[in-house]
Amino acid sequence: MIRFEHVTKRYEGGRDALRNVSLEIPKGELVFLTGPSGAGKSTFLKMLALIERPTRGQLFVNGANIGRMPERQIPRYRRQVGLVFQDNKLLPERSAFDNVALPLIIAGMSERDAGRRVRASLDQVGLLKKEKSPPRMLSLGEQQRVGIARAIVTRPGLLVADEPTGNLDPELSLDIMKLFRRFNDIGVTMVIATHDVNLLDQLGGKRLTLSNGEIQGGDFGGES
Amino acid sequence: MVKFKAATSGAKASMQRISHYFGLHRENARSSLQEILHQPLASLLTIAVIGIALALPAALSLLVQNGRSVAGSMEDVRDFSVYLQPGMSMDQAEDLAKNLRMRALIAEVRIISAEDALVDFREASGFENAVGALDNNPLPHTLVVRPKITAEAHTLDTLAGELRDNPVVDQVRLDTEWVKRLNAILELFKRSVWIAGVLLIAAVVIVVGNTIRLDIQSRRDEIEVYKLLGASNGFVRRPFLYVGIWYGLIGGCFGLVLLVVSALILAGPIEKLTGLYGGNFVLHGLNIVTMGSVLAGGILAGWGGAWSAVSRHISAIQPQ
Repeated sequence: MIRFEHVTKRYEGGRDALRNVSLEIPKGELVFLTGPSGAGKSTFLKMLALIERPTRGQLFVNGANIGRMPERQIPRYRRQVGLVFQDNKLLPERSAFDNVALPLIIAGMSERDAGRRVRASLDQVGLLKKEKSPPRMLSLGEQQRVGIARAIVTRPGLLVADEPTGNLDPELSLDIMKLFRRFNDIGVTMVIATHDVNLLDQLGGKRLTLSNGEIQGGDFGGES
Repeated sequence: MVKFKAATSGAKASMQRISHYFGLHRENARSSLQEILHQPLASLLTIAVIGIALALPAALSLLVQNGRSVAGSMEDVRDFSVYLQPGMSMDQAEDLAKNLRMRALIAEVRIISAEDALVDFREASGFENAVGALDNNPLPHTLVVRPKITAEAHTLDTLAGELRDNPVVDQVRLDTEWVKRLNAILELFKRSVWIAGVLLIAAVVIVVGNTIRLDIQSRRDEIEVYKLLGASNGFVRRPFLYVGIWYGLIGGCFGLVLLVVSALILAGPIEKLTGLYGGNFVLHGLNIVTMGSVLAGGILAGWGGAWSAVSRHISAIQPQ
């Protein structure tokens, strides 16, 4: 599903965010990406969302060499990846329903067809009753769940989450992580960055630990 | 990757895509209009600027059109006035008139006697008392000569010269020069209107472009989210283009209101003026074509301004 081949990311100014990373994540895997801040977790995820490209090396997702993907194919690629952010990135003026519907509208689905999918998605995160509420009327935990509903509404094969519980207390965090677990159970490949190691002990899944831009340990070894 | 379930048949799918495409446009048009109405003050300023910028060249071109029609209707009037020397008798006037009437060039000669002229003058000028105080009539007899339509300008000039040499005649006034001058001035005016029109349309493009640029900047976060969710540049652009089109259309309507109001304000004085000239001049030009060009100009300029803004700024916004 995901294959890094000697991927290096060097930012302007010469700092290496990732150094010669090679690994393969099989389809349907749940991977928790851990490591101290500045270790390269965000860069790793940004590459999967094609927000950043490798400076050297190759990156394959679902067989496509996305590191070399032309600019105008990026939108189509992104539609196949669900993204969840620490700050949820919901549109503040829109209702929960509209926020969740957005990826479908972008993908070209009519509003009528989208409606069913949106409600199913909101139902899965337990927020069907709050579909009309804008984000500011929702708690942080609820906002994050709307963000997750938006990420899964297109039924992506890959879901990428960057510190999705970073702003939440431990109890809510566990709820959110359990939600991810459920989607993984139906076959979605997931890469979730988190610094909350205590939480991971309760969840299982594979771990990938980065340090200083290199694979330090976890279930994918240190084969850099 | 999980793809969307394919529609049952290709034809149905493409029909759906087409109807979705139009649905999306309708939705974009609707939501951008809402957005404009949502912030009435800022939008009103933009719309006012656009309206004025569109109304100005339209008003100037109306002015030129009407001026030309005035000049056009005057061109046929080639009457000239022959003022006799003071102290000439009415018989001498009759003789000259008879002489002129026999010429092939002349259609009609009318005599205004000095007495009639004085009466007219007294009534029209309002100097009744002053005129009454005069011992004798200072006005000469006058012949108003109307040439035949077929008469050419240079033969009329020759005739005028001949009359000037006649000892009975004091002055000959041939009133075609001012029409030629008016036409020259109008031509100059017409070109100025073109220049003003181009500049003012450019102003509309710039104003709309700037408004949309600010709009894009204030919605940067939203655009980033769209792009993260896989929106193409085209998808992000479209609502902004509609905002531009709406600005142009509403601004154009406002411009038309300005034009109509100006025309109404001018209608009274124009009627009076034409009354004085004894003509039946009507203000024309504010027709479907003019109105249509104001609206079309507004829409095009609005769209162009929006396009100049989105093409520069939207692809530059990339999620970080």
